Amino acid sequence: MSLKTFLYIARRASGIVLTLIVVSLMVFFVTAFLPGDAAQQSLGQFATPDQLEALRKEMGLGRPAVVRYFAWLYGLLQGDLGMSLASHAPITDLIGARLGSSATLAAVTAAISVPLALVIGITSAMFRGSALDRSLNAATMTTVAIPEFLIATLAVLIFAVKLQWVPALVFVQDIDSPLEFIRAYTLPVATLCCVITAQMARLTRAALVDQMSKPYIEMARLKGVGPVRVVLSHALPNTIGPIANAIAVSLSYLVGGAVIIETIFNYPGLAQLMVDGVANRDMPLIQACAMMFCSAYLLLLIIADVLGVITNPKLRSL
Amino acid sequence: MSQDNATSQRPAEDTLRQPKKKSVRRPVSAMIGALLVLFWLFVAAFGNFLAPFDPSDMVSQDIFASYSGTHMLGTDFLGRDMLSRILDGARYSVGLALISTVLACLTGVTLGLLAVLSNTWVDEAVSRIMDALISMPSKMLALVLVSVFGSSVPLLIIMAVLAYSPGCFRICRSLALNIAQMEYVLVARSRGESRFYIAAREMLPNMMGPILSDFGMRFVFSVLLLSGMSFLGLGVQLPAADLGSLVRENISGLSQGVPAVLWPAISLGTLTIGVNLLIDSLSARHRRGF
Repeated sequence: MSLKTFLYIARRASGIVLTLIVVSLMVFFVTAFLPGDAAQQSLGQFATPDQLEALRKEMGLGRPAVVRYFAWLYGLLQGDLGMSLASHAPITDLIGARLGSSATLAAVTAAISVPLALVIGITSAMFRGSALDRSLNAATMTTVAIPEFLIATLAVLIFAVKLQWVPALVFVQDIDSPLEFIRAYTLPVATLCCVITAQMARLTRAALVDQMSKPYIEMARLKGVGPVRVVLSHALPNTIGPIANAIAVSLSYLVGGAVIIETIFNYPGLAQLMVDGVANRDMPLIQACAMMFCSAYLLLLIIADVLGVITNPKLRSL
Repeated sequence: MSQDNATSQRPAEDTLRQPKKKSVRRPVSAMIGALLVLFWLFVAAFGNFLAPFDPSDMVSQDIFASYSGTHMLGTDFLGRDMLSRILDGARYSVGLALISTVLACLTGVTLGLLAVLSNTWVDEAVSRIMDALISMPSKMLALVLVSVFGSSVPLLIIMAVLAYSPGCFRICRSLALNIAQMEYVLVARSRGESRFYIAAREMLPNMMGPILSDFGMRFVFSVLLLSGMSFLGLGVQLPAADLGSLVRENISGLSQGVPAVLWPAISLGTLTIGVNLLIDSLSARHRRGF
């Protein structure tokens, strides 16, 4: 890695730190719009003014918002996410308990969908215009266009209700054999795969097709390179940047965008934790979750960026 | 360059003509897409007048009835006429998504041009805020906003604008950055034209193609986001119902495959697929990743 590459990455990383600061400002101050403060939320409607005053003092709510913001930020940096208002447990523990199941779901889905998407995208770019390409195109476009809740409910209807191959709800704590793992994860993973595979495949194809119109491809064709090799050894290396970016954006969907899937399958992931937080108006929890999702998204994005820079010498001089 | 500038005053025709030259596009799919889009726009505009029944009247004794002469798409879980409910629901689904996408694209394009034509500080500030917005998953953003302000039609629009203008901003900014280096922009600058003139007359017409296809994509995203929120019960609130709410209401009929749950779903599907077909065939050459 040259110095220039390093500097570029450092610059991107500092940009991301700045973005995170802006995110934290927005998250903190939007949630401050809520009617009633945290003490009110915590004690409920029937609290006496004295109790409220005492709790406010204890929680430090008397301090100005700016001071509280910095205290909160300082806590975040220390790994202290505060206390949940609804369950009175440290948020770090709550998130820690969910992180594993969210990560498992994301990892299994990614392990299946990324190779699948690449194969679909590359195949249809290789045989552009053929019947295969057209049918793959139609299939991915339909999948992108259909709402995910529809895919999920249809999957439940067909595989859990009619065929009874798999359970409709996931009970992660009951899993103790690989077979049960597969049975429990099949539906959520398949639904998520549908959603993100189609998107990645389309972006992969678009990136490759874009490269295929470049002069060097024409040159390669003219010197007699076959269509398969043109795609695999000429066009593909030049599309790693855009494809990595597409994968990062699609995978970021798995972190927080899986709300609907987690709700339908009752999957105990981070997104559902946040939905519960929203239902209970548990602001510290929502703030912490929002920060988690944004950091994960930005982390994925910077990985994609670095991959793009490493594989494209032209970008290094930026 | 000047000729290029002149022809793209008519962006729709320009992009239409382009694929024909390449002759790899399939005009059939574009036609199907255009027909579907026109159909849904028509339904959204006039559906209320075409509805055979009042969408909120319980007109039938049968719940989840199948297709019949009086109730062409059957009835829902309360015995209301499904066709009327879908015609009414499409107004919300199409209308809300259309309004919020138009606003999101206007915001994105304006800020994108502003960022490119202003000094680096403005650019940096706007870009950071947009990056921060884009790094929130759109459904998370929606959930936070709904939890803080409660769900209402104006809030849903604001939510979709916040979720989708950053993407539009990014595309617009990167397009504008390239165009700002073109000779005709430099000529206009040295002529002493105002920034507004340069943005509106020199740059914008040359960005219309990609922006229009981006508009189509964001419209589909908005439809999916809004109906997803309604499906969770956090979107359009009763007694109003969009297509997502209709699926939610009648979900108990799913295992019998009743028309009341199939048709709102099919409606959503044909709407989004139609838009996708249309933008796909109009502007495949403009689509680069996001």
